[in-house]
Amino acid sequence: MPPMHDALRSPPMRCLLLKDAFRHAPDRTGGAGRDTNAHAYLMLSYLLQRLGLALVTCLFISALTFLIIRLPPGDFVDAYIANLTASGSSVSHEQAEAMRREYGLDQPVLVQYARWMGRVLQGDFGVSMVWRRPVTEVIGDRLWLTMVVSLAALFLTWAIALPIGIYSAVRQYSIGDYIFTTLGFIGLAIPNFLLALILMYLGFRYLGLNVGGLFSPDYVQAPWSWARVWDLIKHLPLPAAVLALAGTAQLIRIMRANLLDELRRPYVVTARAKGLSEMRAILKYPVRAALNPFASSVAYLFPYLVSGSIVVSLVLGLPTVGPLLLQALVAQDMFLAGAIVLLLGVMTVIGTLISDILLIWIDPRIRLEGRA
Amino acid sequence: MTAADPLASAGQDRWAEATQLRLTWWRFRRHRLAVISLVIIALFYLIAAFADFLSINDPHATDARRSFIPPQAIHFFDENGFNPHVYGLRGVRDRQTFQLVYTPDPNRKLPVQLFTRGYTYNLLGLIETDIHLIGVTGAQRGEGIFLLGTDQLGRDLFSRMIVATRVSLFIGLAGVTLSLVLGVLLGGISGLYGGWVDTVIQRVIEVLRSIPTIPLWMGLAAALPNSWSTLQVYFAITIIISLIGWTDLARVVRGRFLALREEDFVVAAELAGASQGRIIFRHMLPSFMSHVIAAVSLALPAMIVSETALSFLGLGLRPPAVSWGILLQDAQNIQVLSGAPWLLSAAVPVILVILAFNFLGDGLRDAADPYG
Amino acid sequence: MRLTLMADQIALAVRDLAVHFEMEQGVVRALEGVSFDLRAGRTLGIVGESGCGKSVTARSILRILDRPGRVVGGSIVLDPGSSGSTDVLALDSNAERMRAIRGGRIGLIFQEPMTALSVHYTVGNQIIEAVRQHSDLSKQAARDRAIELLREVGIPRPELRVDAYPFQLSGGLRQRVGIAMALAGDPDILIADEPTTALDVTTQAQVLDLLRRLQAEKGIALMLITHDMGVIAEMCDDVAVMYLGRIVEYAPVETLFAAPRHPYTRALLRAVPTILAKPRQRLATIGGAVPHPGARPVGCPFHPRCSEVIEGRCTAAVPPPIPPGQAGASCFLEVPG
Ligand SMILES: Nc1ncnc2c1ncn2[C@@H]1O[C@H](COP(=O)(O)OP(=O)(O)OP(=O)(O)O)[C@@H](O)[C@H]1O
Ligand SMILES: [Mg+2]
Repeated sequence: MPPMHDALRSPPMRCLLLKDAFRHAPDRTGGAGRDTNAHAYLMLSYLLQRLGLALVTCLFISALTFLIIRLPPGDFVDAYIANLTASGSSVSHEQAEAMRREYGLDQPVLVQYARWMGRVLQGDFGVSMVWRRPVTEVIGDRLWLTMVVSLAALFLTWAIALPIGIYSAVRQYSIGDYIFTTLGFIGLAIPNFLLALILMYLGFRYLGLNVGGLFSPDYVQAPWSWARVWDLIKHLPLPAAVLALAGTAQLIRIMRANLLDELRRPYVVTARAKGLSEMRAILKYPVRAALNPFASSVAYLFPYLVSGSIVVSLVLGLPTVGPLLLQALVAQDMFLAGAIVLLLGVMTVIGTLISDILLIWIDPRIRLEGRA
Repeated sequence: MTAADPLASAGQDRWAEATQLRLTWWRFRRHRLAVISLVIIALFYLIAAFADFLSINDPHATDARRSFIPPQAIHFFDENGFNPHVYGLRGVRDRQTFQLVYTPDPNRKLPVQLFTRGYTYNLLGLIETDIHLIGVTGAQRGEGIFLLGTDQLGRDLFSRMIVATRVSLFIGLAGVTLSLVLGVLLGGISGLYGGWVDTVIQRVIEVLRSIPTIPLWMGLAAALPNSWSTLQVYFAITIIISLIGWTDLARVVRGRFLALREEDFVVAAELAGASQGRIIFRHMLPSFMSHVIAAVSLALPAMIVSETALSFLGLGLRPPAVSWGILLQDAQNIQVLSGAPWLLSAAVPVILVILAFNFLGDGLRDAADPYG
Repeated sequence: MRLTLMADQIALAVRDLAVHFEMEQGVVRALEGVSFDLRAGRTLGIVGESGCGKSVTARSILRILDRPGRVVGGSIVLDPGSSGSTDVLALDSNAERMRAIRGGRIGLIFQEPMTALSVHYTVGNQIIEAVRQHSDLSKQAARDRAIELLREVGIPRPELRVDAYPFQLSGGLRQRVGIAMALAGDPDILIADEPTTALDVTTQAQVLDLLRRLQAEKGIALMLITHDMGVIAEMCDDVAVMYLGRIVEYAPVETLFAAPRHPYTRALLRAVPTILAKPRQRLATIGGAVPHPGARPVGCPFHPRCSEVIEGRCTAAVPPPIPPGQAGASCFLEVPG
């Protein structure tokens, strides 16, 4: 959701640092013959650094998750008993104490956290109170579908923002540039859940159909098959587009601003002076350079899209973890809610890490000098 | 090869003497859209300040019989010439439910007048009064002007939207203030001292930014005790949404600090023996005020959207508090929405305000940093 | 081959070149009627203060002016007088023929060897691209040619350096790479825009030596843009002194140093430090600053800073331009009136 607004507007910090690093690069006379071992070492240390940060992030998320689980007054057993009592059955005091011991609720908080982490690492997220089933079972495909929707939105964002960003920069102040800039502003200003709401309303009102969902009715309960996958793919564009709108608008601006910056650089003149066609000169050099901040925007874009998918899913009725999370929170089904928050966070961090590693391959300065 | 600032030659003295903030203002005035946006935002805050005066009906008054009244227009002319009026309401028994419901009655004209008496409130929190800008005279109980229709409970949407402006805009302001304090403090420390402090703070920011925020907020917001008062929830939500927002501001501040540290005038002040405090407050702060203002105006809409999203999900502010998000909550159900599309009207101020803030922020940033 | 054409033959004739930048704030007249010839095997030096239009001249010749720059008048003719003469300005800037001239007939060498090369590709990649743009060589042959070019500009171990990224090379080597790239299309005209400004003195001397050697070997017509009177003295045959988009003096290099005719040239020469100066002697500077080309003074553009201004004449009219191909100064002191 939009706290990333500003983040996406300006090229991410990392890229600024990159530029600095490169500006102050000491001259090296060595050339390509430099020790390849040193490169491998630098790269490895960079990788380890990213990996370490990802781990810290995951740990932080887990602590927050634990906090969320623990925050509501009373503990899990209280809630569990209240839930059972509400549905008619009763639990004795001894049973309750036994459950507390079993879940380690009589231990200090840190011990509880460690135990909980231990279980989580073994894939045991506890039992959902509302569903009376293991949390992992309740979540089922929903986590993957969340990721599929977010990734689809990510690719859509790139696929739209890249060409339009290039166009807007190369034809700065043209009519097309004005149109895209204006559209971009409007895209930025419409929160995606409102957009989803408006689309739902229009679809219902004028087409008389429910535009939400990720599957046709026939496939909602069906086991996975190619036909079901195809059905999913057919339903992806609308939610992906809704999610992608704001991000696309921001990426267009990033791309435009970066490319405008790069277009002023002397190497573009060099490329032109070689006799390259304008198209080739632009695509090979400045676009290539502007691609770096663009690609590293994934670090902010992806968490933002995952975030957004939660609210959008609620409006569009997508079978992602979004609606489940809200239900769980409202019902104070904290193990389920905690698992969802934790899994979403960790998946996002992993996604970001992968993109980071891919970035290394794009940028020769990081690859060869280990500088980031 | 960049061209020198063309304005430099004309009126050079004027430019040389102006402070950074004043320069920014001059440049800002050239962005017409940004100036218009500033006016719009000022209007919105005026509306918020005089919300009760501007609202027509008591925003909290329910009346089951006037549930879902469609928007009513003010008719300015009738056969007697200028005579602003709205239609009165007539009780009709519903054929299916046998309940008495109101429908507009074109035969009864209620004259619309300025400065009429209505519900009692405190103007600007100071003067107790019951004067409202417009209202009708001769109305029977339950009648009034419903410019945007009513909701299920028969509350006047127009008045609710006006009153919601207050909460929605000020929660953004409060959140941004908090973010700003955190951001300036941590960003300043980071940029000023550098070294390992900087590294730690930067890593914390990176960690915070790589987490999908919505699920976390949802978790934290849902964990707020039910027993808390509206005011307590209000503050808790403010804190929750500003927890992440500060990272952007911290980045801007740090960036400016780093850039300024190298600037000639700061070095000169240092050489001249000015104390660090003096350097920061006399020399550095003024020169990046405009950047901070721009960053704030971009962070504000993000905060507003965050509150709207949380309240929309039912995890944010709780009734009887009224915010745009709470109003939109009623529009969640597609069946309800198709019968009473005017419930979506709260989307309009949300989009308008975000758009205005974005244009404003953009204009400000360009003005603060024309070359950056 | 082109290289064996008669020395001194005019390779490029620029006449009355005028370039405007149309900006919101008004029209910047970056060039106002610039004329000169480039001759095979000879070097024309162009000097002048920052912003006088040297780079704009170079880019106009290659038709790679930045927007909103526009050539509004004049002609730029390749091989004037021969049957194959081409008016560069008549070509579309992105047309096939124009692109064949760019890099193929006219090579460009830059001031900033770091920023003029892309950090995202190896130097080999960037040179090979230029080679193949102007020949039908296979990839492998183009690579061999690139290595050969690198060797030619004096880069040691070119087989290795060809795979280096620009940021792995020192400033001097990078500038040599830049020269190799400019030579990749085998041009007979080279424009060097402050090729040594960013280099230290020793490297500067080496690069200048290289340029001189290449010129001698290939009979190249060289246009050398610089701020440095020392470089002019060492390298050039003829010199054009520019001020605010006009050539104010044009002369063979010895004449210029021995008998400068324009007050601006004299001022420039006085501002050059010499080892003959007494210790602590103050360096002469030219009073005032270059006016912005958007706000040029009425009359002779130099008159507000000129010590020999003739009231009523210099303040009223622009002195006549120097006839192309002749030595002279555009100054009322030259024109008895
Ligand atoms: N892209 C541009 N936009 C606007 N004006 C420009 C642009 N490029 C050049 N100019 C104008 O043209 C004038 C001449 O610029 P040019 O780059 O040719 O100067 P120069 O003689 O090469 O200076 P330097 O010695 O600093 O390289 C400048 O003063 C500027 O006003
Ligand atoms: Mg130049």
